[in-house]
Amino acid sequence: MTMIRAKINNLPVEVEPGTSILKAAKLLNINIPVLCKHPDLKASAACGICVVRIANYNNKMLRACTTAVEEDMEIITHDPELTKLRRTILELILSFHPNDCLNCGRNGSCELQDLAASFSIRETRFDPNVEKKERDGSTEAIVMDAAKCIKCGRCIEVCQEIQDVWALTFLDRSYQVRMRPAGDLSLAESPCIKCGQCKIHCPTGAIYEYDDTKEVYKALLDEEKYCVVQIAPAVRVSIGEAFGLEPGKNLTKKVYAALRRLGFKGVFDTNFGADVTVMEEASEFAEILTNHPERLPLITTCCPSWVDFMEKRYHDLIPNFSSCKSPMQITGVLSKTYYPDTISVKPSKIFSVAVMPCTSKKTEVKRTEEMFASGKQDVDVVITTEELARMIRQAGIDFINLPDEEPDYVLGAYSGAGTIFGATGGVMEAALRSAYHFITKEHLTKVEFNDVRGIKGIKTAETTINGKTIRVAVAHGLGNVSRVLDEVRSAKEKGEETPYHFIEVMACPGGCIGGGGQPGKISNQIRMARIDALYEDDKEQRSLRTSYNNPYIKILYDKFLGKPLSKKSKELLHTKYIARPQYVK
Amino acid sequence: METLHEEITDEIRAILDKWKPKEGNLIMILHGVQQRYGYVPWNISKFLASELSVPLARIFEVVTFYNFFNLEAPADYKISVCTGTACHLKGAPVLIQGLKKQLKISPKAQYTEDRKFKVEEVRCVGCCGLAPAMVINEEVYGRLKPEDIEPTLETIKIEETS
Repeated sequence: MTMIRAKINNLPVEVEPGTSILKAAKLLNINIPVLCKHPDLKASAACGICVVRIANYNNKMLRACTTAVEEDMEIITHDPELTKLRRTILELILSFHPNDCLNCGRNGSCELQDLAASFSIRETRFDPNVEKKERDGSTEAIVMDAAKCIKCGRCIEVCQEIQDVWALTFLDRSYQVRMRPAGDLSLAESPCIKCGQCKIHCPTGAIYEYDDTKEVYKALLDEEKYCVVQIAPAVRVSIGEAFGLEPGKNLTKKVYAALRRLGFKGVFDTNFGADVTVMEEASEFAEILTNHPERLPLITTCCPSWVDFMEKRYHDLIPNFSSCKSPMQITGVLSKTYYPDTISVKPSKIFSVAVMPCTSKKTEVKRTEEMFASGKQDVDVVITTEELARMIRQAGIDFINLPDEEPDYVLGAYSGAGTIFGATGGVMEAALRSAYHFITKEHLTKVEFNDVRGIKGIKTAETTINGKTIRVAVAHGLGNVSRVLDEVRSAKEKGEETPYHFIEVMACPGGCIGGGGQPGKISNQIRMARIDALYEDDKEQRSLRTSYNNPYIKILYDKFLGKPLSKKSKELLHTKYIARPQYVK
Repeated sequence: METLHEEITDEIRAILDKWKPKEGNLIMILHGVQQRYGYVPWNISKFLASELSVPLARIFEVVTFYNFFNLEAPADYKISVCTGTACHLKGAPVLIQGLKKQLKISPKAQYTEDRKFKVEEVRCVGCCGLAPAMVINEEVYGRLKPEDIEPTLETIKIEETS
């Protein structure tokens, strides 16, 4: 390939044809400010803050995000004139933006705030033109505050192109343009699946998570309640980012310690629930593969956004859905049925909190009547990683320097298979490790299934169990999921053999580690750092890499559930799905 | 939700059949719908979304982008108050306020509850000499004073009943 040679701020650079000035500048460690451009998304040239000057082209001002480097270009990215221009753009954006950072859901993690700080904006030169607009908290998972919207279009790009959900769209034009569901419906009435990808891609406080911390504080102060808590796999490798650490630092044992200091009496790990999910789901797969091959492919259902999407868009595939509940719901129901007996506390006193990387989990807790299998709501409140980080700070806990602590093993001991649930491909790998044993009664000598790992949107692999070739697919980011399911659908319609036997789906790119409730910024680099940390955690479990080997799982089944897919397991750990309309109206 | 009449479905089907195989058909089909109903009804948008395998959100992008399309049924009486410079200075805001008060339309709304009247602001209607002016359906009323509103609306209501 002929490379393009140019100069940026007089430094020579060589790039592939089509490389944007923004990307080329990065190679030279030059940061051009951006607001509408996000590393995950196509450039839309909406905000204009990335403007640069082409010195040998009449000093023309062009946007670095959408302009490709051309041969011999002499690009200036920073000089006093450009700074002045960028500052004016910023001031104009700010003139339409409410000046209430202190009350904002993104105070401290806002890209607009950061830019205003770095451009030292001290006064308002333009008359403010801020309209008060109603907030939309109808989903009780994410809140949209249209007044804070700078109309960059990131939320729409991710909702339509990456997630294929189309809940949000541009309505109207020019000054009236707004990011809303069709017909100005509320988010709850739209096809929104609450994944929160719009939220983690929003540069401002226009979209933030629905805050449930008040409920948690209330329960912690209630002496009648016995508060227990679980943390999801993905939380441990991202929470450090909220305290200024690099992405991908595993802080499991510090999270346990912090939760005890917050006042939780039972500290559990959703990884344990994941091990139970594997026991049930791998048994389900083994059973279908052996006795009901016509029901293949089996599709995983740990992800509530995916369940929502499927019920709205692919409900013809309900029979292919694993009936197994998510690890969070399983840990929740066990915390109110199995756990109370072990500590002689009345089940009615248990208040169950879940810390999740996910905004959608906030709605999963009331999804169907099966989420009340214990007789009460199995998980009382869900808070996100971000909300937990805030609670830790509010409680004055020096998180980073906490001593390590252990969980309450009865619902807290986990295998390596449980921990990788947080990464795309992890559920598949964990299930295959156990399914192999359930079908062959033998133990795998090598437990890693490397083909289903990594950040590629759709991963397919083949493995052999008992002489039979098993074809699996792993998809994350619902746009990719749609492609895999359309393949399955079309094979079904034509009466052909299913292209896959087992399919893993996670709604968010990268899996739960890239969830809408995670702190900080998001990019593939950050996703990979978090994923690597989970596989590292898996390795650290040494001999305990498979769910069926987890001694506390054995106790749970011996003393309480009987065996996987038993009557009691089905009552407590399985659920149903129903077709739902995309639009309520 | 409005019900979709069988005959209307046939009409919409005819528009659909005509344009379906052609690229960029959405806007032409929407033109057909707008012409037939005077607006693009919600249930027809939903019907088109499923027939064309286009997200409803995309249909709303198009419908709200172009001024030509309406999302609400037209009122029997459209009252367009000119807010061009001359009319504005001569008291258009007071006229709008008076009209909305008389017709019991809340300040931010445009339609009466029975959808018979719509009060909207338009930029210059080209009658600056008659400022402040308003247009009711096709008819222009000029040099209006706030006290003219009541009798003008009364005439319309009398016409209606006769």
